[in-house]
Amino acid sequence: MEYFEKDMLQPNNGNLQLTNIYKSFGSVTALNDVSLSTTPGKIHCILGDNGAGKSTLVNIMSGVISADKGDYLINGDKVNFSTPKQALNAGISTVYQNLAIIPMLSIYRNFFLGKEPIKNKYFKFIDKNFATGTTQKELAKFGITIDDIERPAGTLSGGQRQCLAIARSLYFGAKVLILDEPTSALGVKESTNVLNQLVMLKEKGINIILISHIIDHAYDVGDVFFILKMGRLEGSYNNDDISPKILRSILSK
Amino acid sequence: MAGLIFVWIFFSIFGHNAFLSLSGTKSYLQVASEIGILSIGVTLLMISGEFDLSIGSMIGFSSMSMTLLTIYTDISMPVAALLTLLIVLVLGFLNGLIVVKTGLPSFIITLGSLFIIRGITIGISKIMTGRTQIGGLETASGYNLMNLLFNNEAKIGGTTFPISILWWLVIGVVAFVFLNKTQIGNWIFATGASKETAALMGVPINKVKISLFILTSFCAWFIAMTQTTTYGGADVLRGEQKEFIAIIATVMGGTLLTGGYGSIIGTMIGALIFGMVRQGIIFAGADADWFQVFMGIMLIIAVLINGIFRKRYVTA
Repeated sequence: MEYFEKDMLQPNNGNLQLTNIYKSFGSVTALNDVSLSTTPGKIHCILGDNGAGKSTLVNIMSGVISADKGDYLINGDKVNFSTPKQALNAGISTVYQNLAIIPMLSIYRNFFLGKEPIKNKYFKFIDKNFATGTTQKELAKFGITIDDIERPAGTLSGGQRQCLAIARSLYFGAKVLILDEPTSALGVKESTNVLNQLVMLKEKGINIILISHIIDHAYDVGDVFFILKMGRLEGSYNNDDISPKILRSILSK
Repeated sequence: MAGLIFVWIFFSIFGHNAFLSLSGTKSYLQVASEIGILSIGVTLLMISGEFDLSIGSMIGFSSMSMTLLTIYTDISMPVAALLTLLIVLVLGFLNGLIVVKTGLPSFIITLGSLFIIRGITIGISKIMTGRTQIGGLETASGYNLMNLLFNNEAKIGGTTFPISILWWLVIGVVAFVFLNKTQIGNWIFATGASKETAALMGVPINKVKISLFILTSFCAWFIAMTQTTTYGGADVLRGEQKEFIAIIATVMGGTLLTGGYGSIIGTMIGALIFGMVRQGIIFAGADADWFQVFMGIMLIIAVLINGIFRKRYVTA
């Protein structure tokens, strides 16, 4: 881990809070007075139909865009991210559905992309032994064993790709893990596996924010549900207080 | 690789003994080395997902700029070469800057600069000299140093091999290590394969691209120095169509036009095939016009094969 110390500047326990967030694009209001609070050791699901503002919310949390109004708090401290890298360095890591990994790049190069371990500070040679060994070790934690770590990541299954991206986030110190539709392109077996991994991570104290439109997947693992509608937070519910049936009826109302 | 062996055997049979002789070998290695150096820059840029069509014009520009500076001012030839390098690197930087700032395809932007740079070269040359060809560099101060660097020769078995072959190999090895072993090499692949993902992972994709545009302009300058020193003068039309030939050698070497995949060794083989075909056709006694037909067919076959490869990974 000695390579990456400088990237972990702020201590982050994983409390992420948004208060009264507004965001509009031209005349279109994408988010209207959205407040939510997320804590470590829980899976928070953000549910909503297409165009409800889920993507905008993710982009704000991951530092791709900033809100027009409202506060973004990490462990109670106000932050203002202008790039995804700043959010990453603060321990907030986002795994996008389609952009999680680069299929043509090898597995270990994907794992260390942007944070390659360096052997020689003048020529910036990649420490390949360290990179391949670490990638194998970290993937094994997710029950994935790969002999040829140098093959293109495109040869992995959809579930393995998600796990690769999640394993990478955690290795680089993510305390808050934002997952954008992690199961929407996966089969039943792979979805179940990914969801089980999320429960395991939650129990280790990671703050998980899951964006999904598959209500059953969300309900299986979610502790808290935030429902977005037309850019507004319609309500937040604890798992114990609501059934999938009622969730679905609120969403489709 | 199979293509290389095929071409070599083909011309060994039809090129009579001349193709296999040392001087025959020298002649195709010389052609391959010049296009090879240019293609190495093109390969790195293409892997990052961009094109540079203006490098041919930059060869003409560099050649004329150095010659005019040497002949019309007091400065010596190596200094003129360095000044020219500075200008050319700025041109490469501008190509890159415009591409990343506008987000337009580099194909279009550098097609524009192809004509702009060529036009400026011809225009300035005519204003200053009234001519489009200038010679007489052999007597200029500092010619010996330039000759030592760019026009040196080594005698092997009675045939003189030009130093450009050595430069080609040196630049090739450096580029290979750079691309495959270093952090920036990884960034180049990632930028070309998916610039959105690369940017999300903190890769400075714009810096990567601009640097590679600067690198291709350096390669163009290097070829211009070799040619200008060898011929002792400049021609405004020098380097014409070289941009296409460099792209052909790169694609024949397996680099994807869409970026994200490619290899330096492949490109060096591509340049070698180009040199062999170019000279082999002459040795075989065929009209050199048929060379273009041959190259065109090779290019299309190479792209088809690359396309099959791409499908295997991208749709997986």
